[in-house]
Amino acid sequence: MRRKDFLQLSAMGLGGLVLPDFSFGNPIDPLQALNERMDVAEKKQLADIALNAAKSKGASYADVRIGRYLNQFVVTRERRVQNIANTESYGVGIRVIANGAWGFAATNKVTKEEIAKTAEKAVAVAKANAKILSEPVQLAPQKGYGEVSWKTPIEKNAFEVPVKEKVDLLLSVNAAAMDAGANFINSIIMAINEQKYFASTDGSYIDQDIHRMYPTFNVTRIDKTTGKFQTRQALSSPVGMGYEYLLPTADNKVPGIVTRYKSRYDMLEDVKAAAANVDEKLKAKSVEPGKYDLVLDPSHLWLTIHESVAHPTELDRVLGYEANYAGTSFLTLDKWKSKNFQFGSKLVNIHADKLQPGSLGAVGYDDEGVKCGEWELIKDGILVNYQAIRDQAHIIGLNASQGCCYSQSWKDVQFQRMPNVSLKPGKEKLSVDDMIKNVEKGIYIIGNGSFSIDQQRYNFQFGGQLFYEIKNGKIAGMLNDVAYQANTQEFWNSCVAIADKNDYRLGGAFNDGKGQPGQSNAVSHGSSTTRFNGINVINTARKI
Amino acid sequence: MALLNKDESKALLKKVLDYSKADECEAGLSGSEGGNIRYARNSVSTAGDISQLTLAVTSYFGKKSGTATINEFDDTSLEKVVRRSEELAKLAPENPEYMPLLEPQVYKESKSFNAATAAITPDDRADAVAKSITVSKDAKLEAAGFIENETAFSALSNSKGLFAYEMGTDVTFSVTTRNAEGTGSGYAARGFTDVKKLDTFSATKIAAQKANSSANAKAIEPGKYTVILEPVAATYFLESLFRGFDARNADEGRSFMSKAGGGNRLGEKLMDDKVTIYSDPFNSELPSSTWNNDGQPLDKVNWVEKGVVQNLSYSRFWAQKMNKQPLPFGSNFIMEGGNLSVDEMIKNTERGILVSRLWYIRMVDPQTLLLTGLTRDGTYYIENGQIKHPIKNFRFNESPVIALNNIEALGRPERSISVESYRSYLIPPMKIRDFTFSSLSDAV
Repeated sequence: MRRKDFLQLSAMGLGGLVLPDFSFGNPIDPLQALNERMDVAEKKQLADIALNAAKSKGASYADVRIGRYLNQFVVTRERRVQNIANTESYGVGIRVIANGAWGFAATNKVTKEEIAKTAEKAVAVAKANAKILSEPVQLAPQKGYGEVSWKTPIEKNAFEVPVKEKVDLLLSVNAAAMDAGANFINSIIMAINEQKYFASTDGSYIDQDIHRMYPTFNVTRIDKTTGKFQTRQALSSPVGMGYEYLLPTADNKVPGIVTRYKSRYDMLEDVKAAAANVDEKLKAKSVEPGKYDLVLDPSHLWLTIHESVAHPTELDRVLGYEANYAGTSFLTLDKWKSKNFQFGSKLVNIHADKLQPGSLGAVGYDDEGVKCGEWELIKDGILVNYQAIRDQAHIIGLNASQGCCYSQSWKDVQFQRMPNVSLKPGKEKLSVDDMIKNVEKGIYIIGNGSFSIDQQRYNFQFGGQLFYEIKNGKIAGMLNDVAYQANTQEFWNSCVAIADKNDYRLGGAFNDGKGQPGQSNAVSHGSSTTRFNGINVINTARKI
Repeated sequence: MALLNKDESKALLKKVLDYSKADECEAGLSGSEGGNIRYARNSVSTAGDISQLTLAVTSYFGKKSGTATINEFDDTSLEKVVRRSEELAKLAPENPEYMPLLEPQVYKESKSFNAATAAITPDDRADAVAKSITVSKDAKLEAAGFIENETAFSALSNSKGLFAYEMGTDVTFSVTTRNAEGTGSGYAARGFTDVKKLDTFSATKIAAQKANSSANAKAIEPGKYTVILEPVAATYFLESLFRGFDARNADEGRSFMSKAGGGNRLGEKLMDDKVTIYSDPFNSELPSSTWNNDGQPLDKVNWVEKGVVQNLSYSRFWAQKMNKQPLPFGSNFIMEGGNLSVDEMIKNTERGILVSRLWYIRMVDPQTLLLTGLTRDGTYYIENGQIKHPIKNFRFNESPVIALNNIEALGRPERSISVESYRSYLIPPMKIRDFTFSSLSDAV
């Protein structure tokens, strides 16, 4: 679910409209923020104050997260900078179990006194909640790791790259689009750094430094005579990397009808292609509705995996905890218990993973101190597992958490969020050309577009950025007005070919939304180009 | 500390502006206090109290500007945030769309504050949730829900002497009830300025009735049907339309309000005669902000009157460029209706579908405002003025612009919240012919 845009609108509801053109938080001097890092010994001392205060008030378990969250946004359109924002959020969140119930409290005053008081408040909240509890919390055992640390393996810290360099890149990208005939372009570079310290009464003290970034654009071209317009978004992806993502290398380019990118992105090259694509899109023919074989590029398929596989395997949805907001799941426990629920064809192997380098979900430890790993969700087409955290593990017979706990900030309570969920590449040697050459009547889709899926994740509809008609094994030109609809289980059972690992790439999103109040999670989904047979395609053109 | 009154806000903002050495300076203050409870499986899952106060300062040197914010309020911090905004302004490139700050304005008194809502306690929230869970348990259903209340204020002042202030309250409640077999689901959502209007017991009764009556739904063929959208469904369906009343996007040629050959569709008849849509911050059922982010006063504006586009919003920059008067975007949206209840609308329907709620609506084509999404939580087949049986959920592909051309009847408007943004609107139930359902969903 991508609800962030809506969440921002609702936050503006009652008079939060004081920040014109500025919806991202508190601007700070980025260099100052870099200098303000707290010493680990000092964090440990503060964490121990929280844990001891919670225990002394009767908590049977406590964890504390001291977090500094830095964001930078450079936002431009056409030939001007719209906004440069550096935001910082710093504080402490304390979670406890008392009388069998969870309690949580947070403060932005990072002092010994305030932390002790906040721990006491969390215990008071837990005790109040315990009065209306039906079942006490059962926490999967977790050994303490002592003092450990983890850092995203970046080559170039995006926060250390001067703002001017980013502005210059975006304005040259914009100029390239305008010079190539685009009417409008919006472009942005976002950089994120989560400096998180976690400690728990299990004896873990975990210091993590997590980096993510996302360069993207949207190019628009208008045909004044007809009044029609077309857009094309960047084929970049948000990544768990530093600024090196924006330093292109030849071996990270995937040549084809339009160049796609692995773990390095060439923004200038892509925008030139985009400017040409919007012109082609204005002239492309409208799709004839009907059944087509779809060949889906990883820059598109990641979102279909996100919505139709990653969400329904979230255990909190399966159990009903998200029934009033994000929804429930068709992958009910009985289907998992049967060990023979055919989620997809035998080719379909989908795994959950919090380790993959460059992915958004990669961390050393999750937000309840569990070392991260990798496990299978769909094996040879059969549903074999879910995504669980410590208080859910027992429900699916596990004696350890799978490390899926995450909170978007120190001030929000951590809960179950999806790890990276990815389709494994095919074992047979197959290139993208091999995938296309046997298709008689099909559509090759690149880039993600419109998306919608029901609350139990059965029925979905997806658009895209670029649609190419395939006729008798050859690309026959561009199509417009394409969206495909399917039932999740039927769709994955129609999977007939997956390209090999040479084509494997990640896509992803910064703003996977869940929870009330809503929280955002960043997650990647990998795949190679994949073919699905006989999928229903509709024509989305209308006249008003 | 999080809620400052008018005099306190004025004094604090004056102190901030006195530190300014810039050509122009604007300072805004916003604070809120509130809390929430979330529950699922008929039991409380999380609860929280939130209190926040933020100061934002924008400094201008010529056409350069910089913004900084802070949440500490001692004199040193206040001066620091002003200096930081000045430093950022000096580093920024010139903004060709710069507009000078506004002179002092006159504002009418806001109606958006309610003392009873401002006085909600954690116990009040717990009581409201307990009532909801009681209904659910009695009906042998499982409830998941969320209640949240907030009292928030905003104040804005600038170096030209402008000062604006308002405080408002809001409470929202939503509940989903499901049966044990997973074959029936119901929903209710409510949003009010005045908590005395919120009845979580009767709202949950409606959700429970929908859950039980929607079980064992039959499949019917997708296609074009006459539908009755209940207000909660109609509100979510129309939300994207309201965002489209913007002149700049239209003039730039990238909106459903754009005209072929250039320009926008102001003055064109775009919808059925029955459609009148307006904003009015002083509406007693749906009071909203009385000034916008740059301090312009807001008043009643008709966007669509009897199907004709009457106004589009012009920012101060765009108005100057296009030689028009600035017209701020509305802070609420209201659609006129008739006097019929949903039951009466059903009685007048020979053959159609009653839609209780829509879900996961996303834009398919901004050119035509084509949207896709699904029905849920009670979809029923109507024949000869009566609900015959529940039907399986559908995916729709439909544009609100087309749907508002196909209106058969409008019912009595009621305040309802968008199930995704949680913003409140005043929207009638609507009977629409030829609404396009394109596939079936197994979801309950």
